Amino acid sequence: MNRYTILVYTENFIGILNRITIIFTRRGINIDALTASESRLDGIHKITIEATVTEEQIVQLTKQIEKVVDVIKAYYFKDDEVVYQEIALYKVPTENLDPGLEKVIRQFNAHIIAAEKEFVVIEFTGHKEDTQALLEILKPFNLLEFSRSGRVAIAKPKFSVQEYLNNQTYNH
Amino acid sequence: MIRGADIVVRSLIAENAEYIFGYPGGAIMPVYDALYDYSDQIKHVLTRHEQGAIHAAQGYARVSGNAGVVLVTSGPGATNLITGLADALIDSTPLVCITGQVAAHLLGSDAFQETDVVGLSMPGTKWNIQVRRVADIAPAIAKAFHIAKTGRPGPVLVDITKNAQVEFGEFNYVHCESVRSYKPYVRIDEQAVIDAASLINSAQRPYVLFGQGVVLANAEAELKAFLDKTGIPAASTLLGSGALSQCHPSYVGKLGMHGNYAPNLLTNQCDVLIAVGMRFDDRVTGDLKRYAKQAKVIHLELDPSEIDKNVKTTVALQGDCKASLSLLTKAVKANEHPEWMSRFRELENEEKKAVIANDLHGTHGGLHMGEVIHLINQFKEQDAVLVTDVGQHQMIAWRYFDYKTTRTQVTSGGLGTMGFALPAALGAQLHNYNRQVICVVGDGGIQMTIQELGTIMQTKAPVKVVLLNNNYLGMVRQWQQLFFDKRYSFTELENPDFIKIAEAYSFRARKVTERDDLESAVAEMLLHQGPYFLEVVVEKEDNVFPMIATGCSVEEVRLS
Ligand SMILES: Cc1ncc(C[n+]2csc(CCOP(=O)(O)OP(=O)(O)O)c2C)c(N)n1
Ligand SMILES: [Mg+2]
Repeated sequence: MNRYTILVYTENFIGILNRITIIFTRRGINIDALTASESRLDGIHKITIEATVTEEQIVQLTKQIEKVVDVIKAYYFKDDEVVYQEIALYKVPTENLDPGLEKVIRQFNAHIIAAEKEFVVIEFTGHKEDTQALLEILKPFNLLEFSRSGRVAIAKPKFSVQEYLNNQTYNH
Repeated sequence: MIRGADIVVRSLIAENAEYIFGYPGGAIMPVYDALYDYSDQIKHVLTRHEQGAIHAAQGYARVSGNAGVVLVTSGPGATNLITGLADALIDSTPLVCITGQVAAHLLGSDAFQETDVVGLSMPGTKWNIQVRRVADIAPAIAKAFHIAKTGRPGPVLVDITKNAQVEFGEFNYVHCESVRSYKPYVRIDEQAVIDAASLINSAQRPYVLFGQGVVLANAEAELKAFLDKTGIPAASTLLGSGALSQCHPSYVGKLGMHGNYAPNLLTNQCDVLIAVGMRFDDRVTGDLKRYAKQAKVIHLELDPSEIDKNVKTTVALQGDCKASLSLLTKAVKANEHPEWMSRFRELENEEKKAVIANDLHGTHGGLHMGEVIHLINQFKEQDAVLVTDVGQHQMIAWRYFDYKTTRTQVTSGGLGTMGFALPAALGAQLHNYNRQVICVVGDGGIQMTIQELGTIMQTKAPVKVVLLNNNYLGMVRQWQQLFFDKRYSFTELENPDFIKIAEAYSFRARKVTERDDLESAVAEMLLHQGPYFLEVVVEKEDNVFPMIATGCSVEEVRLS
């Protein structure tokens, strides 16, 4: 089993996310994380899916995703083939604020992005291992809430969805 | 400006739809109202159940190659389509299903007969869409036909809210030629053709397996040309039957759990396996870990997700097999394989002695299903269509029916849907009233859609229904006998008087219990002009052999 990132480029079509996720559900495969956003190309959506599966599974999953009519193209990558980040937010109470907190924030190069009377919100971006490490450290500070995004990723290998779209449809 | 409902009907007419199979109800009534004005341009068939409508559309699509069209109402009308959608998806049958939906402003409110049809049908369709505005109706239908028919065909569904049906809009129909996210065909990789040809040229024991992909690609002539030149033995899958005449010298029989002895056994002795338009279904491969491990595999397949899915290929020839087969035929050398072929013939003789002789030529005891099919072969027309349901009769009819021409095999292969045959036979018959359509069905399965006898009556489709009555859910009973210690748990049926039922539906009907009466009955049926219902009471506890039991390897195919 490996951790993979699948980048899916789709039309902006109602239900497309459902069509993609049922491919995983049907095979009993868990989606570790999923994010959807616009892509560089107008009107084309990009869905980033993280899953821990075998090589055989990732090949089949990617083909099945690409088979969806409104999917333009899907690619899969191993972790070392993508640049990726996840953002995490931590809510810590200000009451009895431990002076050690400042040190932790500096060490991690995290930021306080909101300060209210009762709590502060710390933002930290990195790989899951990093945001997880900060989570463990902040727990003793009476951490109130934690939230982490799915990964956003850019692939290192070159590929062009635009080029794929420009290719004429081949009719036999 | 015309009403959305008229746009629906005129779009279907613009797509040259010949038939609509359907059933009305509240949320689709505007379209039914519109239909009233177009009965000279498009025919509507009122089935007795929506499942009947979709199976009829499937039968029509399978013999015609056109997309079958289904029209039903929201809620229960739409949910009754689900079995047919799943069936058409797994058997790659082009369908365009139109469902009515509650008005757009009621969506999500649990309005009367509101169901999330798009959500429910998503895993059972190649594509689906909900249309909420009149302007979107025609483009959605155009796209639906394009997607249903191109590439690997499949069912699509267009859910149209009631407000869109009654609003007024412009109608100028534009056929859909392409969808930018969907590129169903690819250019055949020339290097792959060269690689495949060199494997084939140096093979000692090459072996071709062909499936329905050949029929869907209209590549029957290309398959024949390839086999004519190479002399390679070729076996058919369930849905591939008919793609090659069984008289062709390369033809060696059928694959799969109840296929022929030699084709299964010798799969594990070939050195190059050439799979054409087939998907290595588990009913064909048996235990994958012991399937054709010795062979190099060449896979000619349109759908990239089928390549390497079950069986790893040495050379993948992705693309339309009509194109790849003709390129391959040019690239291979003319050859023959008499010794290798004789292995098939030897084993065929073993099967004849051990199984076939008895199946086809009973002398005492109850009638065998095979005897009925054997007689049908003697009296049927060359291009007669065989429609079967699911069970023992399906396997026996398939095993013994003499397939001479293409698009003569209509059965529920991938899903194994009992109740498929009767409505599918109706659809197949409507495509051409003059072609013989023979519907072989079991006493269990016929009762799942028996109401469609009414549709046959109303359309006067001259379907020949052959009920092989063993008073059992025979296929399940066979498994109970072989694998569950003969514990016949809920497989015996108390059946009605089928002849009375058939006669109530205006069928000419006849029941045969004695061997001596069978021949004249089959002959009478096939000469009869209108619908005919022949019930044959067969041996209750016959089994279908050969058989590859679940979990076994193809080489463990047993003759008894
Ligand atoms: C809708 C559906 N339900 C259950 C089954 C499981 N099943 C497969 S064959 C079979 C028995 C069919 O009996 P019958 O129609 O009498 O045909 P026979 O095998 O006796 O020829 C059953 C129950 C099925 N294939 N489809
Ligand atoms: Mg039966």
